[in-house]
Amino acid sequence: MSSIPLTHILFVSTALFFIGMYGLFTRRNLITMLMSIELILNSVNINFVAFNKYLYPDKLNGVFFSLFIITVAAAEAAVAIAIIINLYRNHRSIDVEETQEMKY
Amino acid sequence: MDYSTYIALIPLLPLAGFVILGLFGQKHFARSAGILGTLILVVVTVLACYTAYNYFFISGKINGVYQPVTALQYTWLQFSPGLSIDMGILLDPASVMMLVVVTFVSLMVHVFSLGYMKGENRFAIYYAFLALFTFSMLGLVLSTNILQIYIFWELVGVSSFLLIGFYYDRPTAVAAAKKAFIVTRFADLGFLIGILILAFYSGTLDFGTLIQRLTDTNSTPWSQIAGTTFLGFPVLSWALTLVFIGGAGKSAMFPLHIWLPDAMEGPTPVSALIHAATMVVAGVYLVARLYPVYLIDLSVLQIITWIGAVSAFLAAIIACTQTDIKRVLAYSTISQIGYMLFVLGVPAFGTATNSGYSASLFHLFTHAFFKSLLFLGAGAVIHFIHTNEMSNMGGVRKFMPLTHITFLIACMAIAGIPPLAGFFSKEEILMTAWENNRFIYYIALITSGITAFYMFRLYFCIFWNKPPAHGHSSNEHGEGTVSMKLPLIFLAVAAIMVGFIPFSHYVSFNGQGEEIAIPISFSIAPVAMAIAGIMLAYILYYKENQRPQKLAAAWGGLYRAARQKFYFDELYLFVTKKIIFNGIAKPAAWIDKYIVDGCMNWLGLTTTRISEQIKALQSGSVQSYAIYFFGGIVALAGVFIYLLKA
Repeated sequence: MSSIPLTHILFVSTALFFIGMYGLFTRRNLITMLMSIELILNSVNINFVAFNKYLYPDKLNGVFFSLFIITVAAAEAAVAIAIIINLYRNHRSIDVEETQEMKY
Repeated sequence: MDYSTYIALIPLLPLAGFVILGLFGQKHFARSAGILGTLILVVVTVLACYTAYNYFFISGKINGVYQPVTALQYTWLQFSPGLSIDMGILLDPASVMMLVVVTFVSLMVHVFSLGYMKGENRFAIYYAFLALFTFSMLGLVLSTNILQIYIFWELVGVSSFLLIGFYYDRPTAVAAAKKAFIVTRFADLGFLIGILILAFYSGTLDFGTLIQRLTDTNSTPWSQIAGTTFLGFPVLSWALTLVFIGGAGKSAMFPLHIWLPDAMEGPTPVSALIHAATMVVAGVYLVARLYPVYLIDLSVLQIITWIGAVSAFLAAIIACTQTDIKRVLAYSTISQIGYMLFVLGVPAFGTATNSGYSASLFHLFTHAFFKSLLFLGAGAVIHFIHTNEMSNMGGVRKFMPLTHITFLIACMAIAGIPPLAGFFSKEEILMTAWENNRFIYYIALITSGITAFYMFRLYFCIFWNKPPAHGHSSNEHGEGTVSMKLPLIFLAVAAIMVGFIPFSHYVSFNGQGEEIAIPISFSIAPVAMAIAGIMLAYILYYKENQRPQKLAAAWGGLYRAARQKFYFDELYLFVTKKIIFNGIAKPAAWIDKYIVDGCMNWLGLTTTRISEQIKALQSGSVQSYAIYFFGGIVALAGVFIYLLKA
């Protein structure tokens, strides 16, 4: 298990992070954007767990942090979906281009 | 009975009246406000008379000297262990005398107003203002310290302002109220500075302590204030002069007298109360209050003498030429207050036994009664004829017999005909002047002759002169209601009787009582002057004739100058409009408009322009926000990684 070096795992999480970032910036669909945010959050989780494992094997702080993040992400997803549903009721669409009232 | 059990009620009951009538009057007491206010004043007057009786005849005198009694003392603001602003009630002969005068005249005015102001739209408000004034004036005369007197000094100024401007739909009344307020406020600035100087050197605000410290030549405050000069004059002179300026403003002394004649725009009972009997004598009361300190600095007392004498003389001359009956009375008030002030100052010229203190307050006392009687009488006449102009009157005696008699009594009292009240007090004043400075005495003597002339000019013009040809016989309201007649009777009785009070036994400078002996032969000259004045008025005004016009034409310039009040208003207008407006106000307004406001406007405008430019950033598109956010994070990360390496 310790045969996989830390850099590999960091590479995976970085890739995951930028995939999420790319999706967040380019997708028009709000649901897809939400999914991209989940990707970003999970890349962070991977980082936490990896650092905990490789640098401080006798502690659990990183693990607990990722547990918290999962909880918060679940709550956040619930709120975001509620918002999206309301948006859909008002606009008959979940395209992010349609929702630009909150400007100036 | 101890004073402290009831004394606080004397000022606080009118205050309660003001609060109740002011808050609920128009809604709930629209009719009964007058009765309510009058009842409160009855209680207060009874308490005041009881206090006076208690003080003068039972408990005030200890070892043959009337002691000042601090009946109530309450620390209001504590600055440091030695210095606090207190609210309290001080009883000494002068304040107890004023207490009686203020409550009595106020009660008379309250009763008179029941008839005079009947049917007025803001009847309840009127009584609320009267109560406010009574409260402030009582607080003023009962003050234990100099800052308390200042606070109440401003309060009487406010209530005077409110009452002068009572008919606020008349532009002249509004202008008069503003003028009164601004002129007295301007004078009060001097008063405040004077207070601060006195308090700074003596380290106290309390009258007793202040007088004690400043008059004790061995004390530190004395040596400090005596050793300090400012612009070549001793600081003490500055302080006392500044305090006197405050007093002169309130008492309408030359050259700050210009507000009083205009103040006659207020309802006539108000003029009787505020602008004749009580508030305008506050300046005299203030000087009397600090009299021991004034006695240290005789030069200030000499200034006071000259201002008083000049005011008395000039105002008397102006009064001869005015045609508005209330303005005649206003100038006569200025003239009489001039008497009170110069007699306070005149001992500075000589070393007579008589200090002038008692004579001044005696004249204040008698003047309050006959002058408020004159005003109320004039009010009754105005109520009957509906005009202030003398030329529209004449022969009114047939319709108003009671007003006629009481007005005659008041005129004789102010002219100094024995044995009415004015005679006694004027004799004491003239006696003091005679003993100290003959020149002042002659001014006063001539002024008393002029006084008799213009008062009887007024009397003849109102009640005789022309035949009554105005068709007033059919006037439905007649002479006025009982509530308007009663005060006239009471005040007429007072104007006859109060002269017989041995005033100087009760109110005197040292508290022991002085004996002012006036030989019968001394009285001959003043009485002869008064009779000469009356005879002259009789010749000119008893029947309608051409003599007054011819006389006026013969005196040409002097008559016109006096008619125009010696151009004081024009002078003030010139100074304020031409010099102050152009020299100070306009540049100040320019700086305010273009520099101060300009800076602010420029800031606001620039902010608006910049925000117009950058508002496109707030596009509403969530994804562009996310990109900005991400860019920021990247930039921050760059900073932390490459620039701020720990």
